[in-house]
Amino acid sequence: MKVLNVIATAYRATLEEQDDTVVWLSHAMKGAGADLDVLLRGSAVNYAVKGQDAAGLRFGDEPQTQPPQLAGDLSSLMEKGVTVYVMDDDLQARGIQRDELISGLEHISRDDVVGVLDRYDQVWHW
Amino acid sequence: MSNYLLIESRDPFECSDVEGVCWLAGELAQTGHKVTLFFLQNGALTARAGAETTDFEPLTASGVEVLVDDFALRERGIGNAQLADGIKPASLEVIVDHLADGSKVIWH
Amino acid sequence: MAENKTLTFALMDPPFENARSTTAFRLLDIAAKRGYNINVFAYEGAVSLPFALQEAHPNAVHGRDVEEENHPLPRKYIAALMQSAADNGGTLDWVNCGLCVDERGMGEAIEGVRRGSPADFWAFAEGSDNTLVIPTK
Repeated sequence: MKVLNVIATAYRATLEEQDDTVVWLSHAMKGAGADLDVLLRGSAVNYAVKGQDAAGLRFGDEPQTQPPQLAGDLSSLMEKGVTVYVMDDDLQARGIQRDELISGLEHISRDDVVGVLDRYDQVWHW
Repeated sequence: MSNYLLIESRDPFECSDVEGVCWLAGELAQTGHKVTLFFLQNGALTARAGAETTDFEPLTASGVEVLVDDFALRERGIGNAQLADGIKPASLEVIVDHLADGSKVIWH
Repeated sequence: MAENKTLTFALMDPPFENARSTTAFRLLDIAAKRGYNINVFAYEGAVSLPFALQEAHPNAVHGRDVEEENHPLPRKYIAALMQSAADNGGTLDWVNCGLCVDERGMGEAIEGVRRGSPADFWAFAEGSDNTLVIPTK
Protein backbone atom coordinates (compact mmCIF):
# COMPACT_ATOMS: atom_id res chain seq x y z
CA MET A 1 0.00 0.00 0.00
CA LYS A 2 1.36 3.39 -1.02
CA VAL A 3 0.20 6.50 0.81
CA LEU A 4 0.54 10.20 0.08
CA ASN A 5 0.67 12.43 3.15
CA VAL A 6 -0.58 15.85 2.10
CA ILE A 7 0.56 18.58 4.47
CA ALA A 8 -1.25 21.89 4.23
CA THR A 9 -1.35 23.33 7.74
CA ALA A 10 1.84 25.18 8.54
CA TYR A 11 3.60 26.14 11.75
CA ARG A 12 0.99 24.55 14.00
CA ALA A 13 2.68 24.19 17.41
CA THR A 14 6.04 23.65 15.73
CA LEU A 15 7.87 25.45 18.55
CA GLU A 16 6.19 23.34 21.22
CA GLU A 17 6.71 20.11 19.30
CA GLN A 18 10.15 21.04 17.91
CA ASP A 19 9.01 19.78 14.52
CA ASP A 20 5.98 19.60 12.29
CA THR A 21 4.01 16.71 13.72
CA VAL A 22 3.07 15.26 10.34
CA VAL A 23 6.60 15.49 8.95
CA TRP A 24 7.67 13.77 12.19
CA LEU A 25 4.96 11.15 11.79
CA SER A 26 6.11 10.52 8.22
CA HIS A 27 9.65 9.93 9.49
CA ALA A 28 8.40 7.55 12.17
CA MET A 29 6.14 5.61 9.81
CA LYS A 30 8.88 5.37 7.20
CA GLY A 31 11.05 3.91 9.91
CA ALA A 32 8.31 1.37 10.57
CA GLY A 33 8.35 0.26 6.95
CA ALA A 34 5.69 2.53 5.47
CA ASP A 35 5.66 3.23 1.76
CA LEU A 36 4.77 6.89 1.68
CA ASP A 37 5.52 10.20 0.07
CA VAL A 38 4.72 13.78 1.07
CA LEU A 39 3.03 16.62 -0.75
CA LEU A 40 3.47 20.14 0.59
CA ARG A 41 0.64 22.45 -0.36
CA GLY A 42 -0.94 25.62 0.99
CA SER A 43 1.23 27.49 3.43
CA ALA A 44 3.16 24.32 4.26
CA VAL A 45 5.19 24.96 1.07
CA ASN A 46 7.12 27.42 3.23
CA TYR A 47 8.61 24.45 5.10
CA ALA A 48 10.93 23.95 2.13
CA VAL A 49 12.46 27.40 2.44
CA LYS A 50 16.12 27.53 3.43
CA GLY A 51 17.19 29.82 6.24
CA GLN A 52 14.20 29.36 8.55
CA ASP A 53 15.35 30.28 12.04
CA ALA A 54 13.11 29.88 15.05
CA ALA A 55 15.93 29.94 17.59
CA GLY A 56 16.25 32.14 20.62
CA LEU A 57 12.89 32.04 22.34
CA ARG A 58 12.94 32.22 26.12
CA PHE A 59 9.99 32.32 28.49
CA GLY A 60 11.14 33.80 31.76
CA ASP A 61 14.23 31.77 32.60
CA GLU A 62 13.11 28.86 30.45
CA PRO A 63 14.80 28.73 27.04
CA GLN A 64 13.53 26.85 24.01
CA THR A 65 16.81 25.15 23.18
CA GLN A 66 15.78 22.93 20.25
CA PRO A 67 13.84 24.95 17.70
CA PRO A 68 12.32 23.10 14.76
CA GLN A 69 14.49 22.41 11.72
CA LEU A 70 11.68 22.05 9.24
CA ALA A 71 13.65 22.24 6.00
CA GLY A 72 16.28 19.91 7.43
CA ASP A 73 13.59 17.43 8.46
CA LEU A 74 12.32 17.41 4.88
CA SER A 75 15.83 16.90 3.52
CA SER A 76 16.41 13.94 5.82
CA LEU A 77 13.03 12.51 4.83
CA MET A 78 14.10 12.66 1.18
CA GLU A 79 17.38 10.96 2.13
CA LYS A 80 15.26 8.06 3.41
CA GLY A 81 13.73 7.67 -0.05
CA VAL A 82 10.56 9.68 0.46
CA THR A 83 9.54 11.88 -2.46
CA VAL A 84 8.59 15.36 -1.30
CA TYR A 85 6.36 17.14 -3.78
CA VAL A 86 5.79 20.88 -3.56
CA MET A 87 3.00 22.83 -5.25
CA ASP A 88 4.46 25.53 -7.46
CA ASP A 89 1.17 27.44 -7.53
CA ASP A 90 1.27 27.77 -3.75
CA LEU A 91 4.91 28.86 -3.84
CA GLN A 92 4.08 31.48 -6.46
CA ALA A 93 1.09 32.76 -4.53
CA ARG A 94 3.36 33.39 -1.55
CA GLY A 95 6.13 35.01 -3.59
CA ILE A 96 8.59 32.19 -2.85
CA GLN A 97 11.31 31.76 -5.45
CA ARG A 98 12.82 28.39 -6.32
CA ASP A 99 16.30 29.52 -5.30
CA GLU A 100 15.01 29.97 -1.75
CA LEU A 101 14.23 26.28 -1.47
CA ILE A 102 16.14 23.19 -0.39
CA SER A 103 17.21 20.83 -3.15
CA GLY A 104 15.65 17.50 -4.07
CA LEU A 105 12.01 18.58 -4.14
CA GLU A 106 9.69 17.43 -6.88
CA HIS A 107 7.83 20.47 -8.19
CA ILE A 108 4.30 20.00 -9.41
CA SER A 109 1.64 22.38 -10.64
CA ARG A 110 -2.09 22.39 -10.03
CA ASP A 111 -2.53 20.63 -13.36
CA ASP A 112 -0.40 17.72 -12.11
CA VAL A 113 -2.38 17.09 -8.93
CA VAL A 114 -4.84 14.55 -10.29
CA GLY A 115 -2.03 12.52 -11.82
CA VAL A 116 -0.12 12.53 -8.53
CA LEU A 117 -3.16 11.46 -6.49
CA ASP A 118 -3.72 8.61 -8.92
CA ARG A 119 -0.31 7.14 -8.07
CA TYR A 120 -1.31 6.38 -4.48
CA ASP A 121 -3.66 3.85 -2.91
CA GLN A 122 -4.64 6.26 -0.17
CA VAL A 123 -4.35 10.02 0.25
CA TRP A 124 -4.16 11.35 3.79
CA HIS A 125 -4.76 15.07 3.94
CA TRP A 126 -3.43 16.40 7.25
CA MET B 1 -10.27 4.86 -12.53
CA SER B 2 -10.97 5.31 -8.85
CA ASN B 3 -13.83 6.40 -6.65
CA TYR B 4 -13.03 9.58 -4.76
CA LEU B 5 -14.92 11.02 -1.81
CA LEU B 6 -13.82 14.55 -0.97
CA ILE B 7 -15.07 15.73 2.41
CA GLU B 8 -15.28 19.46 2.97
CA SER B 9 -15.71 20.42 6.62
CA ARG B 10 -14.51 23.99 6.46
CA ASP B 11 -16.52 27.17 6.38
CA PRO B 12 -16.48 28.49 2.79
CA PHE B 13 -16.79 32.03 4.14
CA GLU B 14 -13.61 31.68 6.19
CA CYS B 15 -11.51 29.41 4.02
CA SER B 16 -10.70 30.25 0.42
CA ASP B 17 -9.32 26.74 -0.06
CA VAL B 18 -12.87 25.38 -0.20
CA GLU B 19 -12.97 26.64 -3.77
CA GLY B 20 -9.83 24.59 -4.44
CA VAL B 21 -11.54 21.42 -3.25
CA CYS B 22 -14.45 22.07 -5.61
CA TRP B 23 -11.93 22.60 -8.39
CA LEU B 24 -10.22 19.30 -7.54
CA ALA B 25 -13.57 17.49 -7.58
CA GLY B 26 -14.24 18.81 -11.08
CA GLU B 27 -10.75 17.90 -12.31
CA LEU B 28 -11.02 14.36 -10.98
CA ALA B 29 -14.43 13.92 -12.59
CA GLN B 30 -13.20 15.25 -15.92
CA THR B 31 -10.42 12.67 -15.97
CA GLY B 32 -12.97 9.89 -15.60
CA HIS B 33 -13.03 9.28 -11.86
CA LYS B 34 -16.28 8.83 -9.97
CA VAL B 35 -16.36 11.74 -7.52
CA THR B 36 -18.53 12.59 -4.55
CA LEU B 37 -18.15 15.91 -2.74
CA PHE B 38 -19.57 15.79 0.78
CA PHE B 39 -20.05 18.96 2.82
CA LEU B 40 -20.33 18.71 6.57
CA GLN B 41 -19.92 20.84 9.71
CA ASN B 42 -19.64 24.50 8.61
CA GLY B 43 -19.09 23.30 5.08
CA ALA B 44 -22.88 22.97 5.07
CA LEU B 45 -23.16 26.76 5.02
CA THR B 46 -22.40 26.58 1.33
CA ALA B 47 -25.62 24.68 0.69
CA ARG B 48 -28.27 27.43 0.79
CA ALA B 49 -29.50 28.45 -2.63
CA GLY B 50 -28.65 32.10 -1.96
CA ALA B 51 -25.17 31.50 -0.57
CA GLU B 52 -22.49 33.52 -2.34
CA THR B 53 -20.15 30.60 -2.70
CA THR B 54 -19.60 27.91 -5.27
CA ASP B 55 -21.84 27.49 -8.26
CA PHE B 56 -22.43 23.75 -8.15
CA GLU B 57 -24.05 23.41 -11.55
CA PRO B 58 -20.78 22.96 -13.47
CA LEU B 59 -19.71 20.37 -10.91
CA THR B 60 -22.87 18.34 -11.09
CA ALA B 61 -22.86 18.71 -14.87
CA SER B 62 -19.42 17.13 -14.92
CA GLY B 63 -20.76 14.18 -12.95
CA VAL B 64 -19.76 15.10 -9.40
CA GLU B 65 -22.32 14.06 -6.81
CA VAL B 66 -22.64 16.90 -4.28
CA LEU B 67 -23.97 15.90 -0.87
CA VAL B 68 -24.41 17.70 2.42
CA ASP B 69 -24.71 16.17 5.88
CA ASP B 70 -28.38 16.10 6.83
CA PHE B 71 -27.55 16.62 10.50
CA ALA B 72 -25.37 19.66 9.73
CA LEU B 73 -28.29 21.11 7.77
CA ARG B 74 -30.75 20.49 10.58
CA GLU B 75 -28.27 21.83 13.15
CA ARG B 76 -28.04 25.08 11.17
CA GLY B 77 -31.75 25.41 10.45
CA ILE B 78 -31.37 24.83 6.72
CA GLY B 79 -34.37 23.06 5.24
CA ASN B 80 -34.18 20.83 2.20
CA ALA B 81 -36.28 23.32 0.25
CA GLN B 82 -33.58 25.94 0.74
CA LEU B 83 -30.80 23.91 -0.85
CA ALA B 84 -29.00 25.12 -3.95
CA ASP B 85 -29.64 23.21 -7.14
CA GLY B 86 -27.56 20.09 -7.42
CA ILE B 87 -26.99 19.59 -3.67
CA LYS B 88 -28.63 16.65 -1.95
CA PRO B 89 -28.91 15.94 1.78
CA ALA B 90 -27.25 12.72 2.89
CA SER B 91 -26.38 10.72 5.96
CA LEU B 92 -22.84 10.14 7.19
CA GLU B 93 -23.54 6.51 6.33
CA VAL B 94 -22.41 7.53 2.84
CA ILE B 95 -18.92 8.25 4.15
CA VAL B 96 -18.68 4.90 5.92
CA ASP B 97 -19.96 3.21 2.74
CA HIS B 98 -17.18 4.83 0.74
CA LEU B 99 -14.58 3.83 3.31
CA ALA B 100 -15.83 0.26 3.35
CA ASP B 101 -15.84 0.11 -0.44
CA GLY B 102 -12.24 1.30 -0.71
CA SER B 103 -12.81 4.74 -2.18
CA LYS B 104 -10.06 7.30 -1.79
CA VAL B 105 -11.57 9.38 1.01
CA ILE B 106 -9.88 12.73 1.57
CA TRP B 107 -10.84 15.04 4.41
CA HIS B 108 -10.49 18.80 4.07
CA MET C 1 -24.49 -10.92 9.87
CA ALA C 2 -22.57 -7.75 9.32
CA GLU C 3 -19.81 -7.67 6.77
CA ASN C 4 -16.56 -7.79 8.66
CA LYS C 5 -14.83 -4.69 7.35
CA THR C 6 -11.91 -3.06 9.11
CA LEU C 7 -11.55 0.71 9.13
CA THR C 8 -8.87 2.91 10.64
CA PHE C 9 -9.36 6.48 11.78
CA ALA C 10 -6.61 8.91 12.72
CA LEU C 11 -7.82 11.71 14.98
CA MET C 12 -5.92 14.80 16.07
CA ASP C 13 -8.26 17.20 17.83
CA PRO C 14 -8.56 17.53 21.60
CA PRO C 15 -12.04 17.37 23.10
CA PHE C 16 -14.32 20.39 23.40
CA GLU C 17 -12.53 22.35 20.66
CA ASN C 18 -13.88 21.43 17.25
CA ALA C 19 -16.85 19.88 15.47
CA ARG C 20 -14.44 17.39 13.94
CA SER C 21 -14.50 15.39 17.18
CA THR C 22 -18.28 15.10 17.03
CA THR C 23 -18.15 14.07 13.39
CA ALA C 24 -15.52 11.47 14.22
CA PHE C 25 -17.74 10.02 16.95
CA ARG C 26 -20.68 9.92 14.54
CA LEU C 27 -18.62 7.99 11.99
CA LEU C 28 -17.35 5.61 14.66
CA ASP C 29 -20.92 5.07 15.84
CA ILE C 30 -22.05 4.05 12.35
CA ALA C 31 -19.10 1.70 11.90
CA ALA C 32 -19.66 0.18 15.35
CA LYS C 33 -23.34 -0.45 14.65
CA ARG C 34 -22.34 -2.23 11.45
CA GLY C 35 -20.14 -4.57 13.46
CA TYR C 36 -16.98 -3.39 11.78
CA ASN C 37 -13.58 -3.76 13.31
CA ILE C 38 -12.49 -0.21 14.05
CA ASN C 39 -9.03 1.08 14.77
CA VAL C 40 -8.40 4.55 16.13
CA PHE C 41 -4.99 6.16 16.26
CA ALA C 42 -5.26 9.20 18.50
CA TYR C 43 -2.48 11.62 17.69
CA GLU C 44 -1.56 14.86 19.40
CA GLY C 45 -4.54 16.47 21.18
CA ALA C 46 -6.84 13.56 20.45
CA VAL C 47 -5.13 11.53 23.18
CA SER C 48 -7.19 13.65 25.60
CA LEU C 49 -10.44 12.24 24.24
CA PRO C 50 -10.36 9.09 26.43
CA PHE C 51 -8.79 10.85 29.46
CA ALA C 52 -10.27 9.11 32.47
CA LEU C 53 -10.48 12.16 34.75
CA GLN C 54 -12.94 14.14 32.62
CA GLU C 55 -15.80 15.21 34.87
CA ALA C 56 -19.23 16.62 34.19
CA HIS C 57 -20.25 19.90 35.79
CA PRO C 58 -23.41 21.84 36.55
CA ASN C 59 -24.25 24.85 34.40
CA ALA C 60 -25.63 27.90 36.16
CA VAL C 61 -26.33 29.70 32.89
CA HIS C 62 -28.55 26.84 31.83
CA GLY C 63 -30.02 26.65 35.35
CA ARG C 64 -29.23 22.95 35.57
CA ASP C 65 -27.44 20.89 38.19
CA VAL C 66 -24.80 18.38 37.26
CA GLU C 67 -27.27 15.56 36.63
CA GLU C 68 -29.70 17.65 34.63
CA GLU C 69 -26.91 19.19 32.58
CA ASN C 70 -25.47 15.74 31.80
CA HIS C 71 -22.46 17.37 30.19
CA PRO C 72 -20.97 15.36 27.33
CA LEU C 73 -17.77 13.55 28.21
CA PRO C 74 -15.79 12.07 25.33
CA ARG C 75 -14.48 9.31 27.60
CA LYS C 76 -18.05 8.10 28.08
CA TYR C 77 -18.76 8.26 24.35
CA ILE C 78 -15.64 6.20 23.64
CA ALA C 79 -16.57 3.59 26.25
CA ALA C 80 -20.07 3.40 24.77
CA LEU C 81 -18.67 3.05 21.25
CA MET C 82 -16.42 0.22 22.42
CA GLN C 83 -19.45 -1.48 23.92
CA SER C 84 -21.51 -0.90 20.78
CA ALA C 85 -18.80 -2.39 18.59
CA ALA C 86 -18.61 -5.46 20.83
CA ASP C 87 -22.41 -5.81 20.98
CA ASN C 88 -22.54 -5.83 17.19
CA GLY C 89 -19.77 -8.35 16.72
CA GLY C 90 -16.96 -5.92 15.98
CA THR C 91 -14.14 -4.29 17.89
CA LEU C 92 -12.88 -0.81 18.69
CA ASP C 93 -9.14 -0.80 19.23
CA TRP C 94 -8.09 2.65 20.44
CA VAL C 95 -4.37 3.48 20.48
CA ASN C 96 -3.12 6.70 22.00
CA CYS C 97 0.19 8.02 20.66
CA GLY C 98 2.43 7.46 23.68
CA LEU C 99 4.69 10.47 23.24
CA CYS C 100 1.63 12.68 22.80
CA VAL C 101 0.25 11.28 26.07
CA ASP C 102 3.49 12.02 27.91
CA GLU C 103 3.67 15.62 26.64
CA ARG C 104 0.18 16.28 27.89
CA GLY C 105 0.16 14.26 31.09
CA MET C 106 -2.79 12.26 29.76
CA GLY C 107 -1.63 8.88 31.06
CA GLU C 108 -4.89 8.04 32.80
CA ALA C 109 -7.08 6.77 29.99
CA ILE C 110 -10.26 4.73 30.27
CA GLU C 111 -10.11 0.95 30.17
CA GLY C 112 -9.55 -0.47 26.72
CA VAL C 113 -7.30 2.34 25.50
CA ARG C 114 -3.72 1.35 24.90
CA ARG C 115 -0.48 3.17 24.30
CA GLY C 116 1.25 2.97 20.95
CA SER C 117 3.32 4.68 18.27
CA PRO C 118 3.21 5.65 14.59
CA ALA C 119 4.24 2.06 13.84
CA ASP C 120 0.86 0.97 15.24
CA PHE C 121 -0.87 3.48 12.98
CA TRP C 122 0.90 2.10 9.94
CA ALA C 123 0.07 -1.47 10.99
CA PHE C 124 -3.57 -0.42 11.46
CA ALA C 125 -3.66 1.14 8.00
CA GLU C 126 -2.03 -1.82 6.31
CA GLY C 127 -4.48 -4.21 7.92
CA SER C 128 -7.59 -2.16 7.10
CA ASP C 129 -9.93 -1.86 4.17
CA ASN C 130 -9.48 1.88 4.39
CA THR C 131 -8.17 4.72 6.53
CA LEU C 132 -9.57 8.17 7.16
CA VAL C 133 -7.35 10.89 8.54
CA ILE C 134 -9.29 13.66 10.29
CA PRO C 135 -6.64 16.32 10.80
CA THR C 136 -6.60 19.29 13.12
CA LYS C 137 -6.02 22.83 11.86
